[in-house]
Amino acid sequence: MGDIARAVPRRVALALALLLATPARADEAPLTDVPGDAARGRAIVADRTRGLCLLCHAGPIPEERFQGNLAPPLDGAGLRWSAAELRLRLVDGKRLNPDSIMPSYYRVEGLHRVSPAQRGRTILAAQEIEDVVAYLLTLREEPPR
Amino acid sequence: MKRLLALLLLALPASAQDRRSGFEDMARETQAMQRDDMQNPGMLWVAEGEDRFNRDCTACHSEASMRGVAARYPAWDEATGAPIDLAGRISACVERHQRVAPPARESQPLLALTAYVAHQSRGLPISRPSDPRLAPALEQGRALYGERRGQLDLSCVQCHDDNAGRRLAGSTIPQAHPTGYPLYRLEWQGVGSLQRRLRGCMTGVRSEPFAYGAAEYVALELFLNDRAAGMLLETPAVRP
Ligand code: HEC
Ligand code: HEC
Repeated sequence: MGDIARAVPRRVALALALLLATPARADEAPLTDVPGDAARGRAIVADRTRGLCLLCHAGPIPEERFQGNLAPPLDGAGLRWSAAELRLRLVDGKRLNPDSIMPSYYRVEGLHRVSPAQRGRTILAAQEIEDVVAYLLTLREEPPR
Repeated sequence: MKRLLALLLLALPASAQDRRSGFEDMARETQAMQRDDMQNPGMLWVAEGEDRFNRDCTACHSEASMRGVAARYPAWDEATGAPIDLAGRISACVERHQRVAPPARESQPLLALTAYVAHQSRGLPISRPSDPRLAPALEQGRALYGERRGQLDLSCVQCHDDNAGRRLAGSTIPQAHPTGYPLYRLEWQGVGSLQRRLRGCMTGVRSEPFAYGAAEYVALELFLNDRAAGMLLETPAVRP
């Protein structure tokens, strides 16, 4: 029920986003030819200086003690979303929700005063995005309540 | 009834809503450290500032005349025709009246003097900047506060207004009130200015910070003080 209410605008937004995306960058398609590696993806998500994910999200990574609560838990992400949907959220979730606080992990344009060390670089590399997507797909349990 | 209450709360102006100093979000031990002057490491900077003040400044100023000064800065500087913050004023005073090289931003002598002067206003309410010539800088500060920046593409508003009280990893996001500066930060193992704190948040979102003393920081300080008007100064505060 709640799911359907959520799914409709999501599908519309996704369709819109795909329409707007240039064919060369249709983000439902994998960014590389090498399939993602879930174990490497887990390590990226757990690393506060690489994935940064646990700054905002909680997730089933018990060895990382301080997890954020600015965002929905990552638990169950693989039940809720397909690989293409997860990839789009990582590459540039702001195409779905322009006000989102979640950084766009694979976008360099449209940013302001990026520090010189990171200018022109994406937060994660293409293969790292694939690894994180592969890991998120393994998360098939809802968060503990 | 509940809904009515919620509506009423929404109708209140932001200033009437609960504003909290970062102090409120700290662990009890850190609060105790700030409260007790014997334990508060910032008091060492205040004491050094007092010595310097008595040596270098009492030809023109008395200790009593420093009460309330920090509560009304940044202020308009006639000499440069621009807003100036408290550390900038002290530095300019040394340069103009003592005719020696001004102490650099974030140097020990300037932090000590600024901590001493601001300490004279501890417990006083921050006053709203009233000089009309400050208005453009205040608006610039408001715009900088709302602007997304850096590789992580985040604005001050998104953390400190929209998500204050939530946890960014292990840190509770404070409302970003400038009530305690200069303050002793455990992470710094020393005293630092509000500009140092702002730089930290800017580099945290992987953006290029402004240079110390830049007009942009003074504008942000002005805006933060306006936003915190009426809150009580705590210098020297302690923060995690
Ligand atoms: C600065 C905060 C922040 C960071 C860092 C962040 N996210 Fe998010 N994320 C969010 C927010 C907030 C949402 C909720 C939707 C929205 O507002 O866009 C979200 C949504 C999601 C969703 C969809 C959740 C759902 O089930 O509805 C996934 C999956 C996700 N993020 C994965 C990640 C991963 C993986 C990383 C790191 C590589 C990451 N996020 C980093 C803030 C963040
Ligand atoms: C990604 C989140 C985030 C963003 C964006 C951010 N900050 Fe912060 N800020 C924090 C956190 C978390 C703290 C608490 C200190 C800590 O533990 O690092 C903090 C502390 C502060 C404080 C100190 C409050 C006190 O009690 O002493 C001020 C002032 C401040 N920020 C202002 C700003 C301004 C101005 C901007 C924009 C230029 C900004 N911040 C952007 C997360 C953020």
